Amino acid sequence: MMRYLLRRLAHAFLLVIGVSILAFLFTTLAPGNYFDEMRLNPQIAPETLVALRAQYQLDRPLPLRYVSWLNSVLHGQMGFSFAYNSPVAPLLLVRAKNTLFLTVTATLLAWAIALPLGVWSAERIGRFPDRVISWSTAALLAIPDLALALGLLVLTVRTGWFPTGGMASVDFESLSSLNKIRDLALHMALPVTALVLSALPLLVRHVRAAVAEVLGAPFLLAAEGHGIPRRTLLYRYALPAAANPLVSLFGFSIGALLSGSLLIEVVMSWPGLGPFLLEAILARDIYVVIGGVLFSTVFLVAGNFLADLLLYWLDPRIRTERASR
Amino acid sequence: MSRRRKVAIWLLVLGALHGIVVCAGFFAPYDPVEQDRKSPYLPPMRLHFVDAQKHLHLRPFVYLFQLRPGTFDQYLEDTAQPRPLKFFVPGDRYRLLGFLPARLHLFGADTERIYLVGTDAFGRDQLSRLLFGGQVSLLAGLLGAGFTLLIGWCIGAAAGYYGGWRDDLLMRVAELFLALPWLYLLFAIRAFLPLAVNPLQAFFLIVTVIAAVGWARPARLVRGVVLSAKERDFVRAARGFGASDLYLLRRHILPETSSVLLTQAAILIPQFVLAEMTLSFLGLGVPEPVPSWGNLLSNLQQYSVLVSYWWMYLPALIMVPFFLGYLGLASALQERAEPYKIQRRSLESLA
Repeated sequence: MMRYLLRRLAHAFLLVIGVSILAFLFTTLAPGNYFDEMRLNPQIAPETLVALRAQYQLDRPLPLRYVSWLNSVLHGQMGFSFAYNSPVAPLLLVRAKNTLFLTVTATLLAWAIALPLGVWSAERIGRFPDRVISWSTAALLAIPDLALALGLLVLTVRTGWFPTGGMASVDFESLSSLNKIRDLALHMALPVTALVLSALPLLVRHVRAAVAEVLGAPFLLAAEGHGIPRRTLLYRYALPAAANPLVSLFGFSIGALLSGSLLIEVVMSWPGLGPFLLEAILARDIYVVIGGVLFSTVFLVAGNFLADLLLYWLDPRIRTERASR
Repeated sequence: MSRRRKVAIWLLVLGALHGIVVCAGFFAPYDPVEQDRKSPYLPPMRLHFVDAQKHLHLRPFVYLFQLRPGTFDQYLEDTAQPRPLKFFVPGDRYRLLGFLPARLHLFGADTERIYLVGTDAFGRDQLSRLLFGGQVSLLAGLLGAGFTLLIGWCIGAAAGYYGGWRDDLLMRVAELFLALPWLYLLFAIRAFLPLAVNPLQAFFLIVTVIAAVGWARPARLVRGVVLSAKERDFVRAARGFGASDLYLLRRHILPETSSVLLTQAAILIPQFVLAEMTLSFLGLGVPEPVPSWGNLLSNLQQYSVLVSYWWMYLPALIMVPFFLGYLGLASALQERAEPYKIQRRSLESLA
């Protein structure tokens, strides 16, 4: 177990290092930098610009910059944001926390809906409810995230059911703790709905396919013959047998939801990584961009790692296979 | 229904949809950048068949708008001014397919301009902008997918055929690209390219960025096919007869990858159209005044537009039939390949 874990960890670590190198390589392609716009300002002397570039080490060769950036990562800074005049890591952490909060909630909710719906649909495969679900997931699949998010936004703005934009009301600090939770939930409703709706159709389809494949198995027929109740049969016997592909899907779904949340955060002005990253791109604040990309990679890698662990725990075949190797 | 039949039907549907966009000049009543400053944010004009006197007309007509008294952006239908729709009317000049000069439009009105999907802030006809915007967005998706598949195909074939350290290296790099959530990757690559560019440059920039992001998945799939194909008996036999690497690849191995490539194309094209839309929506893509489906939506980022002018949302819905078409095509293409299995490749298209 430990060896398997360590190998996965080492792999994940190398992946993150690779992504950081890739991100740095792309920075060499970047024409211009954060201080270029100041050249237009007649009140700033050219020497000042040269000095500024030297101060932020933008004039040094790439490998040196990478090494000094690695050094600052080790010191918990992840480079320096030009626009905020502060180390990147604390800035990113606040936003990453919000993104993580949104994504984790949406992931859990989407799976909580997809599992029963998929099982229910698989049990009635080919019959009317199953076909309704198939068609509605196909329709939902054809509506892209952007249209979904904007549609929800238009709807809410016109009806005023939920607050739009931001994560908290203006008077958030003065609310009692119960009202704080309520306020947060109301603000989350819209982005979470958009994320869940965009992730749901694929999850439902895969759960349905995986369970349907297992349902024909002889061991389930035997279990049914023993008089085991239908519900126990489905959730205690069929679902674990179908779990293997679904757990890998869980890892993938985290990546999909991260990508989805990037866009939805911008549309719904959720104070997460999305708007922050966009702002940094427009300002050429390169260390923030690199940091943001790296954070998202870490999330995704962590999600896949979690899925691997889950798989190891759920599927005895993998355990024996690894042990015998 | 047989698989071949299904594929043919979906191809027909997609062909018709794309045909409308390709011939945007004909189907759109006006020039997409022509402004009508006197009528900003005009709501869509409704088609009527029954007039105020309850008379039925076979030719549909619209009512012109008048300002609601006391307001400056609320419009009322002016029932005294019906304008019948004329079909096949000459109008603004355009170039069909980019080179045939023409003036004929599917419909129009005699004197005033009519707006069936409303107008934007500058009084430009949304319907025309939608149709012409589709040309930009769909072409970006198609070109992006084409380049992606070409790059992925070459890399995948090289990795699979030569194997060894080349395979290891290429697949590790592909893994890097797959490790990132694709929208973040798209952003990251876009971040390091110039921001202020003219529309044509922006268009090619987007296509490049999209291709740079997407090559890893097709490369892995092609590699898998090549790996299994090169061990097939007929390939070994051909090698035994002294066939060169290039001949083997061209004649025996790469034809095996065609079905994977086709399925990937059907999956990638809508995804890349969406990528273009997302970039343009966020102001990182094709800039005004050239319309694209993404930048048509971008003024929804203003709260006032969101609240008051619901028809600005309509561009978001136009891609739904296109997406449906591509989804149908992709699932029809996948049907034979692996009938009941959950497909790794559709899983990966998620991330």
